[in-house]
Amino acid sequence: MTTISLSLIDWLVIASYFVFVLGIGYYLKRYTTSENDFFLAGRKNSAWVAGLAFLSANLGALELLGMTGNTFKYGMYVAHFYWIGAIPAMLFLGIYMMPFYYSSRIKSVPGYLKLRFDEKTRVLNGIAFGVMTLLVSGINLYAMALVLRTFLGWDWDVSMWASAITVAIYVTMSGLMSAIFTEIIQFFLIWFGLFLVAILGIGEIGSISAIMTRLPESFNTLWSTSGDAARNGMEVTWPAIVLGLGFVLSFGYWTTDFLVVQRAFSAKDLRSARMTPVIASFFKMAVPFIVILTGLTALTLSKDPTTGFALLKDGGQVNYDSALPLLIARYYPAGLIGLGVTALLAGFMAGQAGNISAFNTVWTYDIYKSVINRNASDTHLLWMGRAATMVGVLISIGTAYWAKSFPSIMDYMQAIFSWVNAPLFATMLLGMFIRWITPNGAFWGLLAGMSSSFTLFLAVKFQWIEAKILTLSSVASDMSANFWRAWWAWLICFLVTIIVSLFTTRKPESELVGLVKGLTQETLGEHVPLLKRPEFFAVLSLIVLVVLNVIFW
Amino acid sequence: MNGEVPKMKPIWYFVGLVLLVMGGLVLLAGILELLSPSGRQTVLGETHPGIWWGCVMLAAGGIFYFTHRK
Repeated sequence: MTTISLSLIDWLVIASYFVFVLGIGYYLKRYTTSENDFFLAGRKNSAWVAGLAFLSANLGALELLGMTGNTFKYGMYVAHFYWIGAIPAMLFLGIYMMPFYYSSRIKSVPGYLKLRFDEKTRVLNGIAFGVMTLLVSGINLYAMALVLRTFLGWDWDVSMWASAITVAIYVTMSGLMSAIFTEIIQFFLIWFGLFLVAILGIGEIGSISAIMTRLPESFNTLWSTSGDAARNGMEVTWPAIVLGLGFVLSFGYWTTDFLVVQRAFSAKDLRSARMTPVIASFFKMAVPFIVILTGLTALTLSKDPTTGFALLKDGGQVNYDSALPLLIARYYPAGLIGLGVTALLAGFMAGQAGNISAFNTVWTYDIYKSVINRNASDTHLLWMGRAATMVGVLISIGTAYWAKSFPSIMDYMQAIFSWVNAPLFATMLLGMFIRWITPNGAFWGLLAGMSSSFTLFLAVKFQWIEAKILTLSSVASDMSANFWRAWWAWLICFLVTIIVSLFTTRKPESELVGLVKGLTQETLGEHVPLLKRPEFFAVLSLIVLVVLNVIFW
Repeated sequence: MNGEVPKMKPIWYFVGLVLLVMGGLVLLAGILELLSPSGRQTVLGETHPGIWWGCVMLAAGGIFYFTHRK
């Protein structure tokens, strides 16, 4: 395709975004004077600020492009990632897990592992999270440069370095607070920059029901074809959706991934921290009205030759990620093109800032202070956080160049979360709710879960075993294999943790107060009116979730 | 007191500013396109989405900005 040309006003829109994020970073610098300000945004955010940042940390451009493309490829089943694959886990985090996280005044998720178990479990998870975060950050950077080059013809190196340096500057100046501010701006830019694509798509085709009726049943339903993998576009059955995605992958990501949980830690009090994921859940349920609608619009248009719409092809392979940029080019005139590009850029850059701010915290507290310099002062830790930001960005750039020379690394990305987060969820679940789980049980369970997930990934990738052994089905897509691998990794971690715990020494219960259910005083919401309780809004959120699933059943 | 740091502006103030500036630019582009078409055809371009979407952004930005400017 010929690249999309930008007018002067488009360039002004893009330039204004860079001016705003750098200006905000500079403005916030004067309010970032302590390590608490830098790593936890001063712990003074409202539930709304923390909630939108919590959601936006996950709403990167890679996700928007990928999920729109996945909708083109798999149909409405992709909505499961936003509904059953997110909402129950977010509510569980807010209602049941946040009191343990927030009340223990930890600065990171590995920090909880140190208090509940021991130092070695914390360092194991800290290293795994640090590596995962920098890999994701670098590949995010690579993907951004790829998209900008393909659709706008921008120079690969210039766009990558310009965005990386911008992120490095504003995160170094004001840490988590600037990351949160830019994430919230990104949230609004994504809605104002991309929701119009869905509106114009509906306008062109006629209505949402007109889009649905032009698609086969395997692409326009959520559950009714999930009894048989061969009957739906994603080639999964409902147990894979419920166990693999809805339980393990979703809970593993939303309740343990420090990138998102860190936003809740920045809330001003426990009630706000508990409300953070609950508020985010309502907005999460709305994201399919951008992603799924545009994906289905692209699919519907591509089935009608008179529209002239077709996805790009790279070497004979359909480039599903081209769906959203092609729709932007189809509908957006000058000015709006700049806004759409800015929304994608904001998504990429805020996603990178989120990864870097989570990395600098885990590096500083869970690796540097924990292993290298235990007596570091607060001032030194603040300096270290800023240094880690710069180094993290440089490593991300290195990873991006590595990805450029080894493009198949993108295949590994989809699996990374199941290597780290799926087993960690078993460790957290057992640690928070069962008092006799031991430090050695947690460490060996986590190690077994992580290594088994990685080994299973390699075994299927290099065909040492057939995917159907994992998926228990003769028909299995890569997505289905991801769901099932996460389930097995979780189960292995769960069982090994319990078995080892039965034969090793427990921590005294006096050291577990405030960290484990049953040993923690339950005083939540005693004097709070019903309409201010997180539980009330969590129930509302669940009702909306059920209604959406019934409507699109 | 000299050197006292003023109270930090809330994020909603900056959201308002961003939407006002970008909405204004989108609206300006829409008006220019209406007055002097560039020749680049877009689907549903006859509805002039830049104009009405720019107005929506300005309205949203104005609400955020004016309710949080102090």
